[in-house]
Amino acid sequence: MRIVVLTKPVPDTTGAERLGPDLRVDRTASPAVVNANDEYALEAALKLVEAAGEGEVVLLSMAPASAPETLRKALAMGAHRGVLVTDPALAGSCTLSTARVLAAALRTLEFDLVLAGADTSDGTGGVVPAGVAALLGLPYLSYAGRIEPSGGRVRVHRLSPVGYDVIEAPLPALVVATQALGEPRYPSLKGIMGARSKEIATLSLADLDVSVEAVGGAVGGAVATTRVLEVRPPVVRAATEIVREPAPVAAARIVEFLQTRKII
Amino acid sequence: MTPDHRSAAYRLTPDQLALRDAVRELARARVAPRAAETDRTATFPEDLRQLLATQDILALPFPEAHGGIGADLLTVCLAIEELSAACATTGLILAAHELGALPILLAGSDEQQARWLPDLASGRRLVAFALTEAGAGSDAGAIATRAVRDGDEYVLDGSKRFITHGSIADLVVVFALTDPKAARHRNLSCFVVERGSAGFSIGRLEHKMGIRGSPTAELQFDGVRVPAADRIGEEGEGFSIAMRTFDRSRPGIAAQAVGIAQGALDVATQYARERVQFGRPIGEFQLVQGLLADMDAATEAARALLYTACAAIDAGDGDPARWAALCKLVAGDAAMRVTTDAVQVLGGYGYVEEFPVERMMRDAKITQLYEGTQQIQRLVIARSRLARG
Repeated sequence: MRIVVLTKPVPDTTGAERLGPDLRVDRTASPAVVNANDEYALEAALKLVEAAGEGEVVLLSMAPASAPETLRKALAMGAHRGVLVTDPALAGSCTLSTARVLAAALRTLEFDLVLAGADTSDGTGGVVPAGVAALLGLPYLSYAGRIEPSGGRVRVHRLSPVGYDVIEAPLPALVVATQALGEPRYPSLKGIMGARSKEIATLSLADLDVSVEAVGGAVGGAVATTRVLEVRPPVVRAATEIVREPAPVAAARIVEFLQTRKII
Repeated sequence: MTPDHRSAAYRLTPDQLALRDAVRELARARVAPRAAETDRTATFPEDLRQLLATQDILALPFPEAHGGIGADLLTVCLAIEELSAACATTGLILAAHELGALPILLAGSDEQQARWLPDLASGRRLVAFALTEAGAGSDAGAIATRAVRDGDEYVLDGSKRFITHGSIADLVVVFALTDPKAARHRNLSCFVVERGSAGFSIGRLEHKMGIRGSPTAELQFDGVRVPAADRIGEEGEGFSIAMRTFDRSRPGIAAQAVGIAQGALDVATQYARERVQFGRPIGEFQLVQGLLADMDAATEAARALLYTACAAIDAGDGDPARWAALCKLVAGDAAMRVTTDAVQVLGGYGYVEEFPVERMMRDAKITQLYEGTQQIQRLVIARSRLARG
């Protein structure tokens, strides 16, 4: 079982102001961490390879040159190696160019499955995995609450607002992971020590034989297909009251809360 | 020539920082939420022992050849500190395991190490250290437990008291009198006793002021037969093994103390930011600021001395006992003072179990008592100074 996990370093969401004057994420303002949803995808990938008893988990990332530092944590969790596409020309890329570059990198790798997180905490677009699948002609199985590969096929429980659909596709395929797959593990201390010597191959656009034109002339911020026009903070909500008492007390308090506001 | 006792330099390496941060993250997410219940119910947190095993934290003090991480003393202490900041009982799981393993690590034969260390490194088995007796605390020379040679075996008779993990350990390292006529410090020998050996039983468990989740047991030895092959070191070497063990284990207790102090300081700081009296957060009042500043200074000073001591011991300093005593003395006193002041910052809320600082204050006290009282540490330090001339 060979699995590639799309892994993005994102600014730690505990950071303060994180936008630059160009309204793009200022990646120097707070430390980078592995995108939380990608950790769920990685956990699922590690479990699948462990269950298969053979195979490897490869991290694939398009990120600034400082990314290896962040990817080490994912390697410490148990991924076998990393592939980082980094190129100054990629700064400010839109989701379409990102998908094109990741697709180009995936063409150089052998895999049975590509796993991706549902979205990233910086861009929150959630469209890159679908774009990658479309560009590579891979079956796209989204919002997986369960992933069961067997006999050259993969069966997925696709979560929906009312339950889940059971969908199936031939391998290779791209599956979008959800948090329902299970909490990511903590790296063990031996995992951390071992991660230092794991390989992170670095590729430039030239290494991938991808030119700015070849990915549609849309690589990098200057020619991105989308542009951020304006940023506004969300409307501040009224103070939240959290009820933590045991059920009977909590119910009474909620009823009282609603009654005082003449809602019931 | 006067030996050079100037401080060794330390600078945390990238590896040490990475391991410390990993333990810190785990301690905050998984250990801290269990601390209050562990204390209240006085129940050993077996789930956390398993967690420390699967995350390789219990593997830290053991050589790589036996499945460990081969960490230096400073790294082990960083882990104990981070765990103890969340829960002193959990920090003690690592500290006591290391304490029990040290005689085997320091004086065990290759065969003995190969036999015992892999299971200890993996955390499958726990080991306890049994020196103290009802009548032999600070005065280890007063040990009355006897070990009498009988062919290829020794027969152990006697009892031990205040043995951390005594009731749950799979192996117990026992110090017993082999030659009552020999000079003090030459009359003890060290044995590894397997749990379940005939004649070996667990007496009462102590009801303690602090570290309440950590079982402290009385051990009874009634004609326990121990193979001579399970004696650590030479006959008569027991006292020396125990003292060399303390040179490396006392910094672990200092680390536990620094962790407890840091945990209490963090709670008090947060509280001072949020608690409003007289229309403003109490952290804006200078009398409260004074408490917080003194707590911070005491904690950082103890930490700096601990890391310096570890660096000196790791570098093979000629007087490790002095460094071990220095850091335990300073850190234990700092923990007691800082946790007491944390209760003061929280006022009435600090005195009730709704907040963790009263637990931390009770936990801090033990660091002034076990592995040599603060009075014993002072004797060790003063004798070292005077002997240097």
